[in-house]
Amino acid sequence: MAGQVILETNNCTIRFGGLVAVNELNLSIQEGEIFGLIGPNGAGKTTIFNLLTGVYAPTSGTIKFLGKQVQGTKPCKISAMGMSRTFQNIRLFSSMTVLENVMTAYHVRTKQSMVDAIFRSFNHQADEKQQRDFSMELLSIFNLAQYANELAPSLPYGSQRRLEIARALATNPKLLLLDEPAAGMNPQESIELMHLIGSIREKFKLTVVLVEHNMKVVMGVCERIQVIEYGKSIALGTPQEVRNDPKVIEAYLGG
Amino acid sequence: MEFLQQLMQQLINGIVQGSIYALIALGYTMVYGVLRLINFAHGDVFMVGAYAGFYTAAVFSISQPSIGALILVMTSSMIAAALLGTIIERFAYRPVRKFSRLTSLITAIGVSLLLEYSAQFFFGATPKSFPTVLKVQTITLFNNITISNDSILIIVVSIFLMIVLNLIVFKTKLGKAMRAVSFNLDVAKLMGINTDFIISFTFALGSALAAAAGVLYSIHFIKIDPLMGLLTGLKAFVAAVLGGIGNITGAVLGGLLLGIAETMVSGYISSSYKDVFAFMILIVILLVKPAGLLGSATQEKV
Amino acid sequence: MNTFLRIAAWFGASIVVVTILESILKSLKNYQIMGSDIITDYGLSIIGLIGVSISLAVSLQLINGYTGQFSLGHAGFMAIGGYVSAFISKTFLTGQASGKGFIATLFIYIIALIAGAIASAIAGLIVGIPSLRLKGDYLAIVTLGFGEIIRLVIETLDVVGGPRGYIGIPKFPVWKWLSVGGFEGTFSSLSWIFLFAILTIIIIHNIVNSSFGRSLIAIRENEIAAEAMGIDTAFYKVSAFTISAALAGFAGGLYAHLYAQLVPSTFNFVKSVEIIIMIVFGGMGSITGAVLGAVVLTGLPEWLRIMAGLRADWMPNWLATGFSYLPDLRMIIYSSLLIITMLVRPQGILGGYEFSLSRILGKSKKNQAPATSKEEKKS
Repeated sequence: MAGQVILETNNCTIRFGGLVAVNELNLSIQEGEIFGLIGPNGAGKTTIFNLLTGVYAPTSGTIKFLGKQVQGTKPCKISAMGMSRTFQNIRLFSSMTVLENVMTAYHVRTKQSMVDAIFRSFNHQADEKQQRDFSMELLSIFNLAQYANELAPSLPYGSQRRLEIARALATNPKLLLLDEPAAGMNPQESIELMHLIGSIREKFKLTVVLVEHNMKVVMGVCERIQVIEYGKSIALGTPQEVRNDPKVIEAYLGG
Repeated sequence: MEFLQQLMQQLINGIVQGSIYALIALGYTMVYGVLRLINFAHGDVFMVGAYAGFYTAAVFSISQPSIGALILVMTSSMIAAALLGTIIERFAYRPVRKFSRLTSLITAIGVSLLLEYSAQFFFGATPKSFPTVLKVQTITLFNNITISNDSILIIVVSIFLMIVLNLIVFKTKLGKAMRAVSFNLDVAKLMGINTDFIISFTFALGSALAAAAGVLYSIHFIKIDPLMGLLTGLKAFVAAVLGGIGNITGAVLGGLLLGIAETMVSGYISSSYKDVFAFMILIVILLVKPAGLLGSATQEKV
Repeated sequence: MNTFLRIAAWFGASIVVVTILESILKSLKNYQIMGSDIITDYGLSIIGLIGVSISLAVSLQLINGYTGQFSLGHAGFMAIGGYVSAFISKTFLTGQASGKGFIATLFIYIIALIAGAIASAIAGLIVGIPSLRLKGDYLAIVTLGFGEIIRLVIETLDVVGGPRGYIGIPKFPVWKWLSVGGFEGTFSSLSWIFLFAILTIIIIHNIVNSSFGRSLIAIRENEIAAEAMGIDTAFYKVSAFTISAALAGFAGGLYAHLYAQLVPSTFNFVKSVEIIIMIVFGGMGSITGAVLGAVVLTGLPEWLRIMAGLRADWMPNWLATGFSYLPDLRMIIYSSLLIITMLVRPQGILGGYEFSLSRILGKSKKNQAPATSKEEKKS
């Protein structure tokens, strides 16, 4: 189980017009680990996430998930394969309740068809119940069950971020990408987040990759870290190694 | 030789039609540039311009064609339209600017319909004949190719107005402010530009051009009716998209191309397909290169 | 089995309800109140039109309200359905082909309507595909273009009458099931129309409150997140267009048989906008809103006509004269209503609120927020 490479990229590059946003990136994520992606602002970290999840197709290079090449594949298909994510700017479904947000992500596992829905067949009703039950369970794990019937945007900010993570887990992923999950959190919430990431990794048998600026969280929860500057990888290693790497220090403090 | 002759004739007709489209398209493209709004009501400003010219002539009892009459009709119609455009922007579009773009679009559709049906109610639905402000003469160019002097007028006035617009947009401070607003509204505000004023000015400018097109159109085609802005406006919009919406040169290019292509289709294939043709161009362009011939695509940040 | 019985029960109940309503309305024709007719043939046709409008508005709600794709070409789908069904029923039920038995007539009639729906569905599929690459205003324009192309193409088709129109479309099959005193039990035009209106409402309601519907709404709310959560946005968008078009096509067929004639210029951009006004006014993202909008806006001209005819002793002359202009002001009122709605209450009258039996019975605690389609404001 551990030791297998779940996600890798090979010389992955993406160009936007004249700008090279990601430059010959080589990533190798081990199954089950918590992996950090850090770097100064504008280094291209979210772009990397967008490449991995299929929002962008690389200009050159390959991306392999679970041994299959996925560059150029549509995001919904990659999601169905087992990769899920959260977003830098919260992207909840604003007119839906907390519960519905999570139920929507169950889509990948749904067994009802539209015809079932129109005729309200037994299949439909059973499936709806299952979705509802699973979603409530997930909400409980994230301490959000009491908000189930509230509208998603009415939640406090930290809870909204947790909801996004809960929603992402509803797709039953093997790999979870978290884009700045600690953004806007106070120190107390950040510590809780760290515990949360550790515990969901165990409970859901996940591999987690996170992009984060909050160094406490990164150093505290990641097992390996890769540092990106100007779209290029400049360091890779354990938190200890990366923290002391002169190239990294220079990148963050400026030359 | 005869084929070439007919081709030249069609080409000239196409340029005339295209100039009218171009003048209207400029208004669409400028407003889209500063507000990212498709001003559905713009085609109807074209119609209002034509009627303004009509009623100016009536008020001043113009029955004899003369240069003075022409200038008077043109000027008053442009001023009236500029006023109308500013009022529409101020009372219908500005209040909904803070809502979603779709809300603005729906409002624009509402204004368009309001103009059309108000015109129908107040001016009457039956077409009127535009008074003669120009004595029409046919001039023969080489090779038996004829062109009427009102066609020449259309081409000349269009070129003149486009040059003036070009000067305003690229050589004046006002124009610079317009371009700044079209790049980034918020940053322009931060730079101290009175964006509300610039937007009003853009509307006024675009509306004036549409009115000029309306008067020129009426001189050439004579019949005006309250719904004339609907189809012509839509086609001018297609022209703006064809050239690249938000791009001034694109509007002119798109207008001329559409006018010529449409005339060719009408002349060589069938006139009943003329209107369908414009819509097909629209769909093809939006599917193949939504940014248009001269436009550039913008990405959404994920 | 359980499902089948349930569907049969709903269907049967609906048939009974609509036929009783129609019978009552039509029987009222024979009576008078205070010297004038309670209801006329014209009034009945307006009620029929309201029923058709309900189906059109509710079907459009699926694309515009729930999936958040702005379609301005709905009249085109209505037109295709209308013309295809009219062509089939006219060919097989009139002239040399007429004089078939009741069952055969019924059968052909239903086939005609379904064929119209299928033809429109195909058109919906075709129009839905560009929607994949376009957003907001651009999509609106493309759908407008398609709507116009459909109308213009129909005008070139002489086989269905060309620009002057298609006439001689057979009327609805009528089933008289009772005739006692002044009361005539019939199942005809209004029953067909309102049966379908009920059907449309049920279909859309069931779609929306399901996994399928949640996917649509997710696309409206945040397409990128929806895609990331495994929703095949392309499939759902095109499906929304196809289903909506099919329903509109069927409604178009009912319209054709209600008026027995079709003119292409009816199905222009303004008609599409009228349907848009219905759902914008009633509230996007609400079936109740669509129904409300359809009833109010289809009934409006008639209300204006009634007001125009108002004469009372206390009314000053200028007011009465002013009122007499009201019917001509119809479109001015429509467009002003649209503008004012956008200025004052862009989410529409009901603003996403949905009439729900379960809420009334106290079962569900859910409260819905205004469901305006939110986009990131681009500068």
